[in-house]
Amino acid sequence: MAKEFELNEVEVWDGNYAASQALRQAQIDVVAAYPITPSTPIVENYGAYIANGYVDGEFVMVESEHGAMSGCVGASAAGGRVATATSSQGFALMTEVLYQASGMRLPIVLTVVNRALASPLNVRGDHSDMYLGRDSGWIQIDAYDAQEAYDLALCAFRIGEHLDVRLPVMMHQDGFTTSHKAQNVYPLKDEVAYKFVGDYVPVNDMLDFSRPVTHGAQTEEDWHYEHKAKQHKALMDSRSVIDEVFADFKALTGREYKRVESYMMEDAEVALVLLGSSVETAVLAAKQLREEEGIKVGIVSPRCFRPFPYDLIRETLDTSSLKVVSCLDKSAPGGAMGALFNEVSAAAYTTQARPMMTNYIYGLGGRDFAVDEAKRIMREQKAHADAGHITTPIQQFSGLRGPKLGFFETRRS
Amino acid sequence: MVEIRWHSRAGQGAVTGAKGLGSVVATTGKQVQAYALYGSAKRGAAMNAYNRIDDEPITNQETKMFPDFVFVIDPALAFSDDITKNDKPGTQYIITTHLSKEDLISQIPALQDKADRVYVVDCMQISLDTIGRAMPNTPILGAFMKVSKMYTLDFFLDNMKKVLAKFPQKIIDANMEAITRAYNEVK
Repeated sequence: MAKEFELNEVEVWDGNYAASQALRQAQIDVVAAYPITPSTPIVENYGAYIANGYVDGEFVMVESEHGAMSGCVGASAAGGRVATATSSQGFALMTEVLYQASGMRLPIVLTVVNRALASPLNVRGDHSDMYLGRDSGWIQIDAYDAQEAYDLALCAFRIGEHLDVRLPVMMHQDGFTTSHKAQNVYPLKDEVAYKFVGDYVPVNDMLDFSRPVTHGAQTEEDWHYEHKAKQHKALMDSRSVIDEVFADFKALTGREYKRVESYMMEDAEVALVLLGSSVETAVLAAKQLREEEGIKVGIVSPRCFRPFPYDLIRETLDTSSLKVVSCLDKSAPGGAMGALFNEVSAAAYTTQARPMMTNYIYGLGGRDFAVDEAKRIMREQKAHADAGHITTPIQQFSGLRGPKLGFFETRRS
Repeated sequence: MVEIRWHSRAGQGAVTGAKGLGSVVATTGKQVQAYALYGSAKRGAAMNAYNRIDDEPITNQETKMFPDFVFVIDPALAFSDDITKNDKPGTQYIITTHLSKEDLISQIPALQDKADRVYVVDCMQISLDTIGRAMPNTPILGAFMKVSKMYTLDFFLDNMKKVLAKFPQKIIDANMEAITRAYNEVK
């Protein structure tokens, strides 16, 4: 029987430690992991919990991230609660198996500490790995600070393992900015946290010998399409379960999460849409700009990146005051507009408001996202609102040294 | 909001020091951040650690800050690092050095108009005498308590003991002595 871990009402934890504590409290059956910066401490701390008797489950050290996710798939199909952690290149190496996990409907929890993808080699945080996962069929939830990394890791088990969902869940946090920044965290007691997560309920487990099953079977054109459509429907339908789990979590802790977080949108003329720790910085910048210059800025963030909250984004952006929406992507778009821009624009296109849409690429490789830079972007959007058309290139780079870089002029005046 | 920037070398315990300070402050109901910029830094490389302290939840995730206090915990970094970067009119400097304050300031042009805001303490010698090796991270916090008057020495010592609880008693006692000496010796 695992020992109880003594916790204070307030702890000073970084995002990695917070996530590892949530994994410990969930009493996972199998963790198969291969450490990589900046998520290494999650694996390292978890190993220490095992060694010190705080976890009853198995900890499998594997030879690569491909092996880590493969071990997770096997253990999950066998019928246990399973989780792991990774970042960046490790995430990329896992990618093949990510699709297997979601296709086999295995509710594995993957705590991702977002980091840039090489080349050039870079250990710092951007959203390249998170974006790489966006078509993999996993639920993707995004934490903006260490408290949220703890809270949402607990929620991830409840969501993925829900019998109406049965899908793997990624819980993302920003490399270094969140993973290595210690702050006040208010943890739940072990018993309370475990009760919230609940006992694991196996479905079609391979270790149930009285009822043999096959996982990961081959289907060609006869059935593959139907399977993928069902999987997509399960992802889309998980929205109501996510809402339910967030509501239960609020009832337990008072801390509220929504699939789309929005701040000061009631009367906003300009909105910034972004992900991760930058959301908190942007909210601070928006509050200051409202006070200092009277520019009515709101902030919107898809807390749930997958399933993409098309419904709630549309609802949030459909206000009579809103004129300009700027989407900030922290991932190199590789010859396109940023993914957030594309997805949010698609939702905004169906609103009455039809705001002007602009795109910034920012923060690649961990470039600092400054309050002053956020304000500069907001002022630029206000200028579009005043002019009645987009006065800059539609896609720009924020915080980039050297000559300004921008693409595509508006065709609307 | 109180903001602190540490100038340190990787391995001197600035991250542990920043987290330790954060842990003590958090017990008093305040909100804290403790973080660093190191990544792939190797032992001995110059690096920065940071603290933010406020009564309200801290949402600023920007790394850069305009510090209220600058701690320099490696003597050579006072000369080679840009320690007055993002200085404010009230920024206070606590620098570990074996030099007198006058000698130090006379050698660092950037500090010459800030003499009334510079404090010196020899955390290297203090930690060698007490802990037995150059570990300037905890003594600098003793000096900080004296300069900032944030908490009384006794309150800080009591809470630091809890932060260091996982260490052997001998190391805890040595750290308490180091903090006390730096508190008394900072000028």
